[in-house]
Amino acid sequence: MDAESYQKTVDQIAPKRPVLLNCMKAFLTGGIICAIGQLVSFVFMYFFSFTERTASNPSVATMVFLSMVLTGFGIYKKIGQFGGAGSAVPVTGFGNAVISAAIEHKSEGFILGVGVNMFKLAGPVIVYGVFSAFVVALIKTILVKMGVISW
Amino acid sequence: MKKTGTYQFASKPSIVSTAVSVGPLEKVSPFHPHFDFIYEDERIGQETNEKGHSQLIEDTCNMAVTKGGFQLQDIDLLLAGDLVNEMTPTNFAARQLATPFMGMFSACATSVSSLITASFFLETKLMDKVMFGAASQHNAVERQFRYPIEYGAQKPPTGQWTVTGGGYGILSHHQTGKPYVHSATIGQVMDCECTDPLDMGSAMAPAAFDTIQKHLAQNKGTSYDFVMTGDLGKNGFSILQELIKSSGVSSYLVDNYRDAGAEFYGNEEKFLSGASGAGCSATVYYGPIYAELLAGKWKKILLVATGALLSPLSFQQGETIPCIAHAVELSME
Repeated sequence: MDAESYQKTVDQIAPKRPVLLNCMKAFLTGGIICAIGQLVSFVFMYFFSFTERTASNPSVATMVFLSMVLTGFGIYKKIGQFGGAGSAVPVTGFGNAVISAAIEHKSEGFILGVGVNMFKLAGPVIVYGVFSAFVVALIKTILVKMGVISW
Repeated sequence: MKKTGTYQFASKPSIVSTAVSVGPLEKVSPFHPHFDFIYEDERIGQETNEKGHSQLIEDTCNMAVTKGGFQLQDIDLLLAGDLVNEMTPTNFAARQLATPFMGMFSACATSVSSLITASFFLETKLMDKVMFGAASQHNAVERQFRYPIEYGAQKPPTGQWTVTGGGYGILSHHQTGKPYVHSATIGQVMDCECTDPLDMGSAMAPAAFDTIQKHLAQNKGTSYDFVMTGDLGKNGFSILQELIKSSGVSSYLVDNYRDAGAEFYGNEEKFLSGASGAGCSATVYYGPIYAELLAGKWKKILLVATGALLSPLSFQQGETIPCIAHAVELSME
């Protein structure tokens, strides 16, 4: 059996990911998460003395906290199966990636388990997030120095 | 001529006792009336998944021994395996059981590879009772091969659910009234360049097909009640059926193909393509199927356990997924 013709058979028979439906579910899930985030942000602005700019930090922290609670109760993975990228991309997905790894590795202790593995999934986001921010900042600095754009 | 790996066991070694236990989620399985024990706790009351895994193996082996009316000291050899790194759950259970022991790894095909090996030992008459089987524990296996349990990654429709469960049996010299091992085919590793670890069914189907074809070719004219693969899942099983249809193997006397993984969780959507794991074929073969053989419902069946021979490392390094399938033909007089 040659691999190429076999892959054709697989493509014909294997159920496809329902991409369009998944996109709609992701849009809905991500949208709801972001709407809740916006609501949290308004709460910080109206009931506490935060401005639109300063409210983002406590809002993110609150959303991450909520996602950690949901992860701990085993609910976030169900949201994830339904919402896909919709629940993975917002900051709640980041929280889920961190806390799920922390829960998972608690059996190996707090140093070798939780400490070593907590950022196993979320680590790449930090590494490449920081790195791309650096590259973008470098490009902008050069462009400003050259007088192409201004800060 | 190339060896086909098919052997007949003239001494007809009999499976004299089996025991099967599963985790709490497996209660939904249509096979559940034939499971000897269903744990209420996924970790079998232990503090870690791996300890629970080991406990399940130890308990189930003890059960197989007791059910057969034997004692652990009657066991000449324990041949068993699981999917966790270095097979610590089985090794640690063997420490408690304290019988002569050899670990076996054929991924999810260990249920059958251990039985085939046991049959050879029995055939030599050097041993009287060999215990064989395999187990898996959902959390311990998933965390190793995929993501943390609570991570919200979306699984595709081809994804499968690792069974928490173990099935063990004791093979002894021929006894009338007990199912016996008629013949077996040792599979060869097949690789059809599948790379998706969330679609093991597609990767394993060619191995199952190859082994079934070889076994049936050596046993022309034999009529089987059914041929049952291990854990291809709904998707892999559809592909196997297509391979069989397009090859003409169906002209042999088999019209009934089944798959333990596809049937394991019934039609519960949550489980996507069905069950997988070393415990999937082991619990089904040595639980419900064995019970039905014993009750005389089936006379001749072919069990083909399939295993995907990947590791998380091999997948990350971009390697394809080689697979294997071993077949054993059980008969009941």
